[in-house]
Amino acid sequence: MTGLRFDLRDPPPGATALRGEVRAFIAEHGHRWTPEVRARSWMGFDRDFTRAVGARGWIGMCWPKRYGGGERSFLDRNIVLEEMLAAGAPVGAHWIGDRQSGPLILRLGTEAQRAKFLPKIVTGEYAFCIGLSEPDSGSDLASLRTRADKVDGGWKLSGRKIWTTFGHLCDWMIALVRTSPAPEGGSRHQGLSQVLVDLRAPGVTIRPIRDLVGEQGFNEITFDDVMLPDDALVGKEGAGWAQSTSELAFERSGPDRYLSSHPLLEASLGAMKDDATAAPALGRQVARLWTLRAMSTAVAGMLQDGTDPVRQAALVKDLGNDFEQALPHRMRELMDVEAMPQEMRRMHDYLTQITPTFSLRGGTREIMRGIIARELGLR
Amino acid sequence: MDTGIAAELAEQVSRALADATGVETLRALESGAFPEGAWTALDGLGLATALVPEDQGGAGLGFQDAMPLLEALGRAGAPVPLAEGIAAAALLSAAGITPPDGTLTFASAGAPVPWGRHAAHMVLVDGARVALYPAASLRWAEGTNIGREPRDTATVTGTPLAEGTLPNGWGAEAALLLTALLRSAQIAGAMSAALALAVEHANTRKQFGRPIGRFQAVQQQLAVFAAETSAASVAAAAAARAADRRGLAGAAFEIGCAKVTAGEAAAKGAAIAHQVLAAMGITEEHALHHLTRRLWSWRDEGGSERLWSARIGATAQAGGHLWTFLTSRDEDTTA
Repeated sequence: MTGLRFDLRDPPPGATALRGEVRAFIAEHGHRWTPEVRARSWMGFDRDFTRAVGARGWIGMCWPKRYGGGERSFLDRNIVLEEMLAAGAPVGAHWIGDRQSGPLILRLGTEAQRAKFLPKIVTGEYAFCIGLSEPDSGSDLASLRTRADKVDGGWKLSGRKIWTTFGHLCDWMIALVRTSPAPEGGSRHQGLSQVLVDLRAPGVTIRPIRDLVGEQGFNEITFDDVMLPDDALVGKEGAGWAQSTSELAFERSGPDRYLSSHPLLEASLGAMKDDATAAPALGRQVARLWTLRAMSTAVAGMLQDGTDPVRQAALVKDLGNDFEQALPHRMRELMDVEAMPQEMRRMHDYLTQITPTFSLRGGTREIMRGIIARELGLR
Repeated sequence: MDTGIAAELAEQVSRALADATGVETLRALESGAFPEGAWTALDGLGLATALVPEDQGGAGLGFQDAMPLLEALGRAGAPVPLAEGIAAAALLSAAGITPPDGTLTFASAGAPVPWGRHAAHMVLVDGARVALYPAASLRWAEGTNIGREPRDTATVTGTPLAEGTLPNGWGAEAALLLTALLRSAQIAGAMSAALALAVEHANTRKQFGRPIGRFQAVQQQLAVFAAETSAASVAAAAAARAADRRGLAGAAFEIGCAKVTAGEAAAKGAAIAHQVLAAMGITEEHALHHLTRRLWSWRDEGGSERLWSARIGATAQAGGHLWTFLTSRDEDTTA
């Protein structure tokens, strides 16, 4: 079970100073954020805020300087992420680019792709989304049907992606698509590729899908013979499955998998600070949070070391999702909603509705547990 | 000390435990027999003074260094009083007393004494005061926990062999905190052993024409078990790291968090283990219950989830902004 090993990581040198800088920055901007904005956490999209974060050098922090990066460590980056999430900052406009699209381009992209995209992710000019799910392909992603066919001068893209978060606000998508048929009797994982799609290209139709809160969080995006240039391909043709899989450690490992409800915990502690009867239940939440933070930081350390903590990431995501998902319900058990101060009540109400997504996005709970079970030798 | 040496020590302990103990040791122990052979083998490794500083003749390990070793002990169901001996020796040396040879245990005044009837000496901790007694000089009443481990009550009748005072960093609850740390690590170890039994069973027991581990319902449960096992292990290690940095008393918050996490994990893990092993796991002859009964016992020793979560909750309520509090505990020494 070596894939489930965690080694603790100490804070990097200068951690306190960096944390202080981020806190001061958040204090400057945070007074404008409503309880709903803070409860939305990394599902809040605010291009101006993202540009301001970029100007501070906190997007693409670990990337090479020649692409606008900061050449900082993953543990430094982890501090910035933690602070943003703990405060409920609206980081959605750069979250995906910083977390996985940028690292993917850096790792597998051509020099021209790196030079074109990374500096603009860093400034907040380019926002990225991920094109994985399709109307008939969710957890069984390899069954996807969106195709990019090789044509003169590039690729012709046709098909449909769905549940694309902020697709209507983003500039680019990295989509997993089929570029050649799965071999007869062979693995469906073959013949898939990752392509860069300009969401303003002709033939791209973005249809908003309102969510249960009444907001337009995600979208259905249709590609009607969209022409992609040759250099839309990221990495190797046909290697898209393996590339996507290796991206998952980045996607699933961060503090965004246990801190999504954190602003509510802070508000609740404030609201119940004199209620001795609530102490044990609050203490259990705090103890879990403390443990999850140690586990998540260990995973950040593994990313820094260049190991691929895809299993540990799945494990922390599963535990973390359970925690952040249950939080509004746990708080409601401690205080009647009518008695909640307004800030807490508004966060509670929003999170109660949206927390079911926590164990869906980025791979479902069942998929995470399947990954762990495989590591245990059960599959 | 680097983690390589800590892992090597744990490996040594694991090997010695595997060679000298097994489920029959736990059975005998639970009927009142002390495993002399296993104790001699383990004692021969010279780990009793693992936490005693080098300038006092010990190995000078930190708490975090000792965690893999304690987990290894937990994996074997803790068949010998090594964890208690290591902690008791640490208490003695901190109070300026040279630890005696042989079986050694410790307890807070008034609390049940782990392994009391089998110990040659006992360290009684009352606030910051530490006293060493020959076990024979105390009046004993035997008791057990639900793991059927000896948890005896000692009444002091004579004068101690030696007395001393713990330095400030150890605080007034050193025995409670040490027990919480030991049991958290042992819980992580026992969970990993119970998980291994459950996985092995799931891969071999066939129903509906295939191993039950092929069913997703079973896989998903065992995945939860594995995740909780990792949580307990990481929590114990992180609490031990805090104790190395801030002293035992200064790490009460972290030790409490680890104990709550380990206690919750123990309950979930034991339940899943029994569900997967079904009726077989309930039988006396199966190894599983020696582990699960210890899990249920250890979560109560060194403070239950109830005790610690109430304290942690009160700390968080009084502490203002939680996130600031949590991060400052890690980083205020590294600024």
